[in-house]
Amino acid sequence: MTDNGSLAAATWEQVELARHPDRPYALDYIHALFSNFFELHGDRLYGDDHAIIGGPAAFDQRTVMVIAQQKGRTTAERAMRNFGMANPEGYRKALRLIRQAERFQFPIIAFVDTSGAFPGAGAEERGIAWAIAENLVALAGARTPIVTLVLGEGGSGGALGIGVGDRLLMMEHSIYSVAMPEACASILWRDIARKVEAADALKLTAADLKRMGLADEIVPEPPGGAHNDYGVAADAAGAALRRHLAELEAVELDRLVEQRYQRYRRIGAT
Amino acid sequence: MFRPKTRYVALPSPRAGVGEEVDRLTCPKCDTSLEPARLSAALGVCYRCGYHFRLRAPERIAMLVEPGSFKEEDLGITAKDVLGFKDSQPYSKRIEQSRASTGANEAVSWGEAVLAGHRIVIVCLDFAFMGGSMGAATGEKITNGIERALDSRLPLLIISASGGARMQEGMLSLMQMAKTAAALGRLGGAGMPYISLLTDPTMGGVTASFASLADVILAEPGAMIGFAGSRVIQQATYETLPDGFQTAEFLWQHGMIDLVVPRPELPAVIRQLLDLYTRDGFHSDFELKGQARAAAQAAAPTHP
Repeated sequence: MTDNGSLAAATWEQVELARHPDRPYALDYIHALFSNFFELHGDRLYGDDHAIIGGPAAFDQRTVMVIAQQKGRTTAERAMRNFGMANPEGYRKALRLIRQAERFQFPIIAFVDTSGAFPGAGAEERGIAWAIAENLVALAGARTPIVTLVLGEGGSGGALGIGVGDRLLMMEHSIYSVAMPEACASILWRDIARKVEAADALKLTAADLKRMGLADEIVPEPPGGAHNDYGVAADAAGAALRRHLAELEAVELDRLVEQRYQRYRRIGAT
Repeated sequence: MFRPKTRYVALPSPRAGVGEEVDRLTCPKCDTSLEPARLSAALGVCYRCGYHFRLRAPERIAMLVEPGSFKEEDLGITAKDVLGFKDSQPYSKRIEQSRASTGANEAVSWGEAVLAGHRIVIVCLDFAFMGGSMGAATGEKITNGIERALDSRLPLLIISASGGARMQEGMLSLMQMAKTAAALGRLGGAGMPYISLLTDPTMGGVTASFASLADVILAEPGAMIGFAGSRVIQQATYETLPDGFQTAEFLWQHGMIDLVVPRPELPAVIRQLLDLYTRDGFHSDFELKGQARAAAQAAAPTHP
């Protein structure tokens, strides 16, 4: 195997770890880190999407608003969670929670874990693109601190739809990509089997994002990956969230929102 | 699901080798052989069946704004291969090919222009340059256009034609969605109107960011507009997609856009919107009312 080949294989291992079926999901972190999580349901427009969950929860001495993408573990739960791929209702429920967080001055903690927004006819009919775009604006301008933590997969616009914030943290073996490697391979190589090469070319690992200056911190996982010890992974995530939230809470709100604007404004600036 | 197979023959696909000679003489929808001069006089709309051919950004801008009024900005900004991305060929080579074949440095042009007497900022994507995909330089130019509208307090018109985010720039490309959306959030907060015109095709991360965030959304007839491609949807769900799925008309029926406007009517429709959404047109009227109110207040007896 060539050097490039072995590098690509190493990247692919990261992709598989990020998708490991035993990997802790959002609710595992929520129950480990917060007390009194009260899940709010429904977008008040059409329905309730179980692929995006959220609500207020107690974190240390404060209330935070949790917004999270949730995958299922059993076959039944996977179907119920639509494999973590949200419809417009999920993004619109998230928007409702963003507005609430602003009103009550709750910091927002967003857990990203999705291969992407759901590609379905109904999602298109009900404006999935419109729902995601609205959230980008709402999160960019929200007058409250926002910390995003990528737990496993950060897939495309579907991840970004709850993923705009003041800080981007990534679990050590998580990935975040403009498109999933399979989709990229199918579009650019017209051959899904080239997914390993695509994954490498996309620069999607937590280390890649840190290097590019897009991720602020990599949260260490227990040896072999977070699935080996949920407690250790959650403790590390909690420590990082605590630290970043404390920093952000010390910043005056006008300045916080301006800094968030500049954070995105400078990406790709010439 | 039925869609004419030849629909995309009119212009090269992002992968087909941009800039290859396009046979614009046969309508991909009705198969009529068209006279180039007549087609061009009809603004690239098939004079037999109404099929809207894709337009290059310069053609599009020339069609809408007053002659000579467009002052293009950021001509020097061009795509960079930051990741060293390589699929069947290196991205750096694709950029060079696109630049050579289109004569443009990026998939978007923007500047100030005058449309029906209104000074506006116009931003126009160009599908011929890598499928109009949004990379970092594309997002930068679009955001510069939005910020100009904000700083100069001008109405904004963005014309989209794009396959979505540019994969060869990875996450830098995805983040342009957040960047353009954040800038539009500020524009909306400042009360400046934004009109979005969706043309064939507008997909993926472009639909899910700036293209759908307008005060008024227009689309050209038959334009394909959506988030996920129909092939992806069918592979994921095995659903039978309805006739006309993801066309402009379909989106109008589902409440996603305000109006489907045939190309020849666009200048008049956009003019009407600019008249309504900018106060310039009504300025003297407002002043008169203000003076009348001041006069009435002066005449009224003051309370002790």
